[in-house]
Amino acid sequence: MAQVTSIAEEQTSTPLSSSKSITLRISRYNPKHDDSSIFMEFTVPYQKWTTVLEAILDVKKHFDHSVAVRYSCRQATCGSCGMMINGKPRLACFTKISELNSNVITVEPMSNFPIIRDLAVKFERMFDSHHKIKPYLIRDDTELESDAKEFLQSPKEVEQYIQFANCIKCGLCNSACPTMATDSSFVGPQALAQAYRYVADSRDKGKDSRLKMIDEPHGIWRCHFAGSCSQVCPKGVDPAMGIQLLRGYLLGFRS
Amino acid sequence: MKIHYGTAIAAVALVAVHVLMRLTQGFAESLEYESVLANYKFVPYAIMLELILVLLSIHGFNGLRVILLELKQGRIYEKAVSYGCLAAMIGLIAYGSRTIIVVNMGLV
Repeated sequence: MAQVTSIAEEQTSTPLSSSKSITLRISRYNPKHDDSSIFMEFTVPYQKWTTVLEAILDVKKHFDHSVAVRYSCRQATCGSCGMMINGKPRLACFTKISELNSNVITVEPMSNFPIIRDLAVKFERMFDSHHKIKPYLIRDDTELESDAKEFLQSPKEVEQYIQFANCIKCGLCNSACPTMATDSSFVGPQALAQAYRYVADSRDKGKDSRLKMIDEPHGIWRCHFAGSCSQVCPKGVDPAMGIQLLRGYLLGFRS
Repeated sequence: MKIHYGTAIAAVALVAVHVLMRLTQGFAESLEYESVLANYKFVPYAIMLELILVLLSIHGFNGLRVILLELKQGRIYEKAVSYGCLAAMIGLIAYGSRTIIVVNMGLV
């Protein structure tokens, strides 16, 4: 039996030749074995359109199969590939190397999330908070029972919440939030923005129960309005604004 | 948290009145012993000072509580911080109120 001494060379149709290259520094850390993270450097060729995710996948393909990264759609729709790229939370599939204007690109796992391995993080806390605010329309009746067959909304009513419906649950806002870093029980900008999305929806009847959920010691009042959540959102959602509007409901300025 | 905002707004209004009233006298004159006693004996002004003390104590200790709750989490820690801040707030209000009461009872 032949002994495997190295990783097998992979046959690929995409050659590694390119006129330009960058140094990709990837944070490596396995909480089961390692005390702290280390950076591994790879020289990766790139084109004008190459994204950071493609560069990481290049590394996996040609240099080190063991780099752990979560990804799926590659088009900023699934929200899987969030990571710190040159110190800022971004989607790797939505960040072109040429846009970063740097010869060295450092990728790390998202802040404020427990690390599974390397660049993959656990989303449990975020999804728990998201689930807690009941991210669905609450009504006694249904469209099927209603005579109108559908719950009509005016364009103005849709405008109230539509940008918040663009959230892809990538977690970049939670990663950028300074309160998330210190308060392990904080609901987080993602869940608060989603709470606003449903509270502001004219079809929803669960406003009171949602407001009660977020009006707690580690709820909406812990936000210091740093605004970093809104800066990093790849879908143009403004969680900081949603949080301020939610506060308006709680303080009686909105109904 | 609504109490935090409410006490802040009320305190700003009352402290503004307090500062304006101090401006009616010279600064050094207003701090003279007899002048301070006279202020405490003027009941409407004494009530306003007491209100400022209560409002700022609630606002300040609630703010401290919030900062401490953000630093660390845990059921026992959070209870200790909340009750500790409440006790400190009551202590400060009691000590401040004592000054007004002592003056008005003619004990100084």
